[in-house]
Formats: sequence, structure tokens, C-alpha cells
Amino acid sequence: MNEALGHLVVAPIVLPLAVAALTLVADPRPLRIALSLAATVAVLLISVTLLLFASTPGNGVSVYELGDWPAPFGIVLVLDRLSAMMLTLSSTLALAALVFSLARWERAGPRFHALFLLLLTGLNGAFLTGDLFNLFVFFEVLLAASYGLVLHGSGAPRVKAGLHYIAINLGASSLFLIGVSVIYGVTGTLNMADLAQRIALISGAERTLFEVGCAVLGVAFLTKAGAWPLGFWLPPTYSAASAPAAALFAIMTKVGVYATLRAAFLFFPPDAGGGPSAAAPVLLFGGVLTIAMSAIGMLAARSFSRIAGFSVLISSGAVLAILGAGGERALSGALYYMLSSTLAVAAFFLLIELLNRARGTTGPALSPPVFADEYRDPYDDGPPSEEVGVIIPVAIALISGGFILCALLLAGLPPLSGFIGKFAMMAALVETGAAASWVLITLLTVSSFAALIALLRIGIETIWSQGERVVPRVRGVEFAAIAGLLMVCVGMTTHGAAVLRYTDDTVAWLYQPADYIAAVLGDAGGAPASSEAPP
Amino acid sequence: MEIVLALAIGVLTASGVWLLFRPRTFQVIIGLSLIAYAVNLLIFSVGGLRIGAPPVLDPAVPDTSAYADPLPQALVLTAIVISFAMTALFLVVLLAARGLTGTDHVDGQEGEQ
Repeated sequence: MNEALGHLVVAPIVLPLAVAALTLVADPRPLRIALSLAATVAVLLISVTLLLFASTPGNGVSVYELGDWPAPFGIVLVLDRLSAMMLTLSSTLALAALVFSLARWERAGPRFHALFLLLLTGLNGAFLTGDLFNLFVFFEVLLAASYGLVLHGSGAPRVKAGLHYIAINLGASSLFLIGVSVIYGVTGTLNMADLAQRIALISGAERTLFEVGCAVLGVAFLTKAGAWPLGFWLPPTYSAASAPAAALFAIMTKVGVYATLRAAFLFFPPDAGGGPSAAAPVLLFGGVLTIAMSAIGMLAARSFSRIAGFSVLISSGAVLAILGAGGERALSGALYYMLSSTLAVAAFFLLIELLNRARGTTGPALSPPVFADEYRDPYDDGPPSEEVGVIIPVAIALISGGFILCALLLAGLPPLSGFIGKFAMMAALVETGAAASWVLITLLTVSSFAALIALLRIGIETIWSQGERVVPRVRGVEFAAIAGLLMVCVGMTTHGAAVLRYTDDTVAWLYQPADYIAAVLGDAGGAPASSEAPP
Repeated sequence: MEIVLALAIGVLTASGVWLLFRPRTFQVIIGLSLIAYAVNLLIFSVGGLRIGAPPVLDPAVPDTSAYADPLPQALVLTAIVISFAMTALFLVVLLAARGLTGTDHVDGQEGEQ
């Protein structure tokens, strides 16, 4: 990696942070929109560049030392295949959510763009950092922004759901801190690579204390990931949030999954063939119950947004369960499934907004503004001179088409990427042939079936049944955002082999924590970390 | 000294958790603050309890065992700032909820009495 490209690693954090500050002082609305749109597009392009770098065979890891302090002493940012993949996912979702919000939601409350960009900063930081305490800081950055976004648009239901969401996450953050401090107390380091190296040296009572610290940390991660029984906060919060916020929140549970993956492979190195040993049964049990609970929750759900909330949980549960069950190829399939389902759920959250509009159930139902400045009802379309929305039945046809694609993706039916992901997981699970694998295969099938029933029932009720129906006013940008996300899913289907090869490489890399440690700390200790491939 | 500190952390955590599970939003926020204090004390104590040991290096004293671990002190500063900011933010949401729902119950409505 050459000099300029090396500094690109820090850009996904610094750029949205700086532009978020700018949008606070930028006064005219079009300037604010232009700033945040430009920043999001730039972050997406940078992420894709980093993804291309990470997928080149031979390199695949880049370590950025903040302030040029060597690894165990300074804080490092580590770009590897997993974090490049997650970066690209988060910036894709961010762009779609932002474009969607331009139609209405962007003006429904104060300082939407600043909060939005700060959330992006926190997400990217959490994916890139190689330091445990720094991970906590970025978690707090993204959570603080998400507290603002969940209340975006105000109204009693949002404030009520937001209150629960904030209380639970503050509790989880305290657990995170307890875990981090216990781990620091035992090992004396917070650098994840250094930690992974020192774990072999601790034994006896210290080892027990270390595992207790990891368990507390794991509870915090799993709360964020929404694993059973810690995930009951998720569906009510996500269904109360406004559509663009909910679409971006679809990746927030994946931050928890990412942190669990990272910690599991570094702190409990995989023994030959199996998964991360000590934490495996808990993860398997929790993941399986998460999938089961979500399937039941979907069948019981009576609104689109609750179905979407439970589908967020299914993909988290699948990755956690497969991480527990072990097996490289199954985990690769699970990562593919996670990518595809996160994109599909985000598209679905955006589509729900349009579907509810078609149902006539949105209404202006907004309470008086909390902040007097720049607050408008998103459904108040202003003077009629504005761009006229698509108000012909084409809108209904497009919404229905989008709904069918989302349903296929969420239920994991052929021919789209949801099916490829589920098939890759199941094929690998069949090969291992353990009892747990068969339980998982059954559950995945049952959860697909539950998703199909739930979506068909509510879809027929809304779209195909006779009755009172409002022809929704839909803006072009709203369709563009949803179509963009669905096109990425279609792209993942047609280029399935390439994506699966990438996730295979990612998992192979995760199963070799020694390479990660060597890349961060430098070979033979003391030598500065270098990731440059020979030119 | 360790016993006193451990007792303080334990009592703070226990009171905090009890308050967190109470139905009034004010009790919840006080509970969260108490838990944050307990966690801050815990972070502070993981570096080992020392009296009179400076955390900043002095070139005249090369022996590193004469110093307190500076990292937990830096961490606890960050944690204090973050927990303070989050408490303030939660307070705003709490007031908004009180204003919108007309009750200080965490569910926005009174339970069955």
C-alpha cells in the first residue's frame, strides 16, 4: 500500500466527523444536504477502494498507527477483509438511507445530517479500531447519534421507545466498561492483538478472572447484537424509528455481531477444525434461540415494521449460532447471508414507509415540536410548486414489485441472494453432520417458512385485497434508494461466486489470528508494523 | 483500603441495579448514574491501589515500580465524560417523555393499581 492509500484508512472516520461539524454551521438547507450527500458518497467510494485493496490476494491487511505511536502503546486502526466488508456495507446503507430521507424525513427534525454523519463515524470507527477501549468510545459515538436519530420526528411513541432503548444501551455500556477494565486488570493491555498474544501467558485464578471479564464483555456485545434473551428491545425500537433511521439501524446489530466475531477469534483462538472453543456453546444456544424467537415473533407480528425488526434478529442469530457450531465454510455462508439480509432489511424498512402510505396509516400524527427551529411535518408537502410525486398506479406496481423482491430476499427463496446465503450455510452444515448442525438446518428452514407466511399474509392484506386504498405520493429519490439497495442484492446474486470467495478468504483470515497479531505488532516484536506488499 | 473500595463499588452497583428496575424514570436515571459511578471506581481500581505514587514519569526516578499505572486514570476520565454526557442526554429524553405522555412512568402510562 503506498503512502497516500495508507492514509485512506483513517478517512472513513475523519471525513464524516469533520463534515458533521460543518453541517452544524452551514446555514442554507441545500448546502447542508450537499455537504452530507458528498461526504456519504465519498465514504462509500473510499470503502470500496479499501475493499478492493483488501480483496487483492497477497495483502489484505493494513495497519494505521494514529500519531505514529508503535502498536501496543498507541491506538491502531486495522483494516482487514472483515472490516473492509463491514465498512462497505455500512456506507452503502448510509447512502441509500440518506437519499431516501431527502424526499421527506430530512426536514422532520433538527440537525438530522449531523446526527446521521456521526452515526456513520461511529460505525466506521467501530469496524476499524484495533483497541478495546477505543471500540467502546466508537460504540458510544454511534449510540449517542442513534439516540438522537431514534427520536427523529418526535412524537410520543418514538420518545417512549427511545427511553427504553437508551436505558438498555446505557446498561450495556456499563457492562462493556466492566468487561474492558477487568480484562485490562488481568492482562495490562487494551490493544486487541497484544491481548491475544498475552492470553497464552495467563493461567490459574487470573485466567478465570480473564474469562469472567470476557463473559461480561460478551453480554454487552450480544445485547447490541440482539441475541436472545437480550434482544427484546429491538423490534419495538426499530418499528418506532423513522424509515431512514431504521434502515441505518439495520447495521447496528451487526456491529455487535462484528465485535463478537473479532473478540471470539482473537481471545479464544480456534483449535484445529473447531470454532472458538470456550464461548461456543453459549453462542450456539443463544443464536439458535434468537432464530426461534424471531420466527415466532414474525408469525405473531401484525405490522410490517415488527416483521422487519424480527428479520434483523434472524440474521444476527444465524451468524452467532454458526460461530458457535464452528466450521469455516458455514461461517463464510453466514457472512454472505448477513450481508444480503442486512441490505434486504434496510430496503424493506424504506419500503414499509411507502407501504404504510399506501395503506393510509401514516397520517400527520406528529406532536408539537420540541425544538422550534427547522422542524416541519414530513408529510406537509409545502407549496404545490414543488416537484410533483408519482401519483399514478405505477407507484403501486413498483411498490408491489419491491415488496416481492424483499419477501424473496428475507425468506431466502431462489433466485435471489438470500437463497444463496442460506444454501451455502446449509450445504456446509450438512457436511459436518453433527446433531447441532441438523437442529440449525431445521431452524433456518422453519424461519424461512415463518418469514414467508408472515410476509405473504400482510402483503395480501395490504396490496392485493379489495378495499380503501390511498394512491401514495412517492418521490423519485425514494424509489431510487430502494431500487439501489435491491440492485446490490441482485448484484450479489449474479456475482455470488465472487462474494462467496471473498467471505471464504475473510473466514480463512479470521481462523489465523496469528497473522492479525503479526500484522499489528510487527514480526519478531519491536519492529514497526508493515503491511506493504513488495511492489 | 481494598475492602473499603470493594464495598463502595458493591453498594453503589446494588443500589443502582435496584433503582434501574423501578418504574419511575427519575429512579432509573439515578440508578444509571450510580452504576456509572461504580464502574468508574472499578476502572480506577484495576491499575492497583497506590497512595502517593505519581502517574507521570520523572527522569530522576528510573524505577518504574515507583509509579502508579497512568492508563486507568486516562480511561476513567474518558468514561466519566461519556457517562456524564449520556446522563444529560437521557435526562432530556426523560423530560420529553414526561411532557408528551403526562406521566413519569417508564412505559408512558400508569400500571394497574
